[in-house]
Amino acid sequence: MARMTMIEAVRSAMDVAMGRDEDVVVFGEDVGYFGGVFRCTQGLQAKYGKTRCFDTPINESGIVGTAIGMAAYGLKPCVEIQFADYMYPAYDQLTQEAARIRYRSNGDFTCPIVVRMPTGGGIFGGQTHSQSPEALFTHVCGLKVVVPSNPYDAKGLLIAAIEDPDPVMFLEPKRLYNGPFDGHHERPVTPWSKHTLGDVPDDYYSIPIGKAEVRRQGSAVTVIAYGTMVHVALAAAEDTSIDAEVIDLRSLLPLDLDAIVKSVSKTGRCVVVHEATLTSGFGGEIAALVQEHCFYHLEAPVMRVAGWDTPYPHAQEWDYFPGPARVGRALTDVMEA
Amino acid sequence: MVKQGHLSLHVPEPAVRPGGQPDFSNVKIARAGAVPRPNVDAAAEDIRDLAYSIIRVLNRDGEAVGPWAGLLSDDDLRTGLRHMMTLRAFDARMLMAQRQGKTSFYMQHLGEEAVSCAFRKALNKGDMNFPTYRQAGLLIADDYPMVEMMNQIYSNESDPLRGRQLPIMYSSKEHGFFTISGNLATQYVQAVGWAMASAIKNDSRIAAAWIGDGSTAESDFHSALVFASTYRAPVILNVVNNQWAISTFQGIARGGSGTFAARGLGFGIPALRVDGNDYLAVHAVACWAAERARRNLGPTLIEYVTYRVGAHSTSDDPSAYRPKTESEAWPLGDPVLRLKKHLILRGLWSEERHVQAEAEIADEVIAAQRKAEEHGTMHAGGRPSVRDIFEGVYAEMPPHLRRQRQKAGY
Repeated sequence: MARMTMIEAVRSAMDVAMGRDEDVVVFGEDVGYFGGVFRCTQGLQAKYGKTRCFDTPINESGIVGTAIGMAAYGLKPCVEIQFADYMYPAYDQLTQEAARIRYRSNGDFTCPIVVRMPTGGGIFGGQTHSQSPEALFTHVCGLKVVVPSNPYDAKGLLIAAIEDPDPVMFLEPKRLYNGPFDGHHERPVTPWSKHTLGDVPDDYYSIPIGKAEVRRQGSAVTVIAYGTMVHVALAAAEDTSIDAEVIDLRSLLPLDLDAIVKSVSKTGRCVVVHEATLTSGFGGEIAALVQEHCFYHLEAPVMRVAGWDTPYPHAQEWDYFPGPARVGRALTDVMEA
Repeated sequence: MVKQGHLSLHVPEPAVRPGGQPDFSNVKIARAGAVPRPNVDAAAEDIRDLAYSIIRVLNRDGEAVGPWAGLLSDDDLRTGLRHMMTLRAFDARMLMAQRQGKTSFYMQHLGEEAVSCAFRKALNKGDMNFPTYRQAGLLIADDYPMVEMMNQIYSNESDPLRGRQLPIMYSSKEHGFFTISGNLATQYVQAVGWAMASAIKNDSRIAAAWIGDGSTAESDFHSALVFASTYRAPVILNVVNNQWAISTFQGIARGGSGTFAARGLGFGIPALRVDGNDYLAVHAVACWAAERARRNLGPTLIEYVTYRVGAHSTSDDPSAYRPKTESEAWPLGDPVLRLKKHLILRGLWSEERHVQAEAEIADEVIAAQRKAEEHGTMHAGGRPSVRDIFEGVYAEMPPHLRRQRQKAGY
């Protein structure tokens, strides 16, 4: 067991997977010699050689397209898109190819690939380095979508993703790379070395995709979140002293509906939180499912807290980000409704 | 100071439109046997001319001439003719079946039979094609059962793809035929990835990518070339230039470049241009590229110059965008007739045997069709289950799909 940052946990997952299975290959822009702009692949080329971990041309559709071909051959590519914002050139390959190869060939060919990408704001990256495009993936049948919130989950889920027989989009919230950022940007971030979920086994383990985790038990209201917003929701519960139950989805597709229904049926109130823009965001899907499955338990309308429906601004990052104050207001509102 | 006028936009036009006299005088055709055959380890820049000429083996008299001739045995040639005739007969029956309402859609190969039939013979078992919708010769020439193809076209109860795919979007890993997308150009870069995987695993198998003239304009074409070039992937990059992308002439995709083959040169990829209606030339050039790939010398780009005699699909009428008699004026002739002439000239074939072979092939195709129709057609008889809609989206069906399947009543 070691204390790891999320970067180290992600790297350890790929290291373990590559060590166990020679068919696992890792590639993307700057991931080879340099080890990635966020250093998630540092040391892998030196350890496994440059035919198993290598740099690619700046061409996302080429990265995903070649990964699909390699998967058809029998490899298990785990590729990096440098920022989630850069995935659009690969979107055709993801939605119309990777997601449908098993289906359209009736299992004659399959596509076991993992596409990792740093997601969300956190580095004053403005509109092209801060996006959260997960809903563009959850809308695509045939993809799986995973968003970890801590180093322990990141490693276990990434190993599960690499072992998964189908394509998995693995979104890594870059605000969480170094610590459990709770949205209080005016305070220093606690490093993962001081957090129990920074305890990560060095060896192999996996966490099943499709299972949520309750991060805080509570009875007043259910907060459904994933990634960075899990920590923001926890902070909002503390700040408002509202006894919220915080569910960390971990995987958006498949979705752990049972965990959601169980909690909302108990609390009767629900707030969904994500950093991605509001309209047609994944929160809309959760809200719809909650009213379909928990309508007679609900004591208040389901509320959503999300990024504004604007491009991610540069200088006004903290006015854009749905921090603990906005989540706290939603908790108060839903309790008073 | 230079005086500047107003700018104007150049929009290319084909030489002739409907009502005009077909004119292929702009298609420069090298004499058969005239183009040299370089060593397979030649550098792209040393064989630039091959991207601008046309490699041909069969001359107007039906003789096989020049340095690209002589690879195929008498039996190979007779088999090749039979494959092309089979593909043509298959197309004719399925086109008719579509007109009869037995399927929703069909795409034929008329005039382009040599490209996929001859190419298949340059590959080994285990190699992988990433085809478009006009390479069914890859299956026919590998003896994939016609009845399976028809089951897929009919989306019947024995459809290997369970009714999920448009007609003719076959898939057969066993026969080295990657599932056809129907999406354009995406498979080109996937083929490069498959080839890279083979190299990563120190395997001996190679990949073949397929694309049409029109789709070379897609960015995935360029993605494929840059990856193939960078990693020297063991892949053959095929461009089938059949002159027409639905109604759009090839000049719209080609732009100011002299040929499609020339696209390879900027990437340092050896590029060859070949007579796509010449079975022997297609096979010889494909063998050259396959040998390069197998010797770890990297990718080759091949442009097959051919002509789409039929419509793009059963959904368009070519007389609306090109002269009706254009195909008759096409200077590279008919691939079936050209190989037939060669075989007769060499005493390996005769008019009588040809007529007899046509009858035998027609019987085989009709027998396969009868067998397929026992399992249903698009609108009659057995069909895939509604259950098949929900299966196979994932290896394991997630809960939300189980709920939806139950809602559908299955």
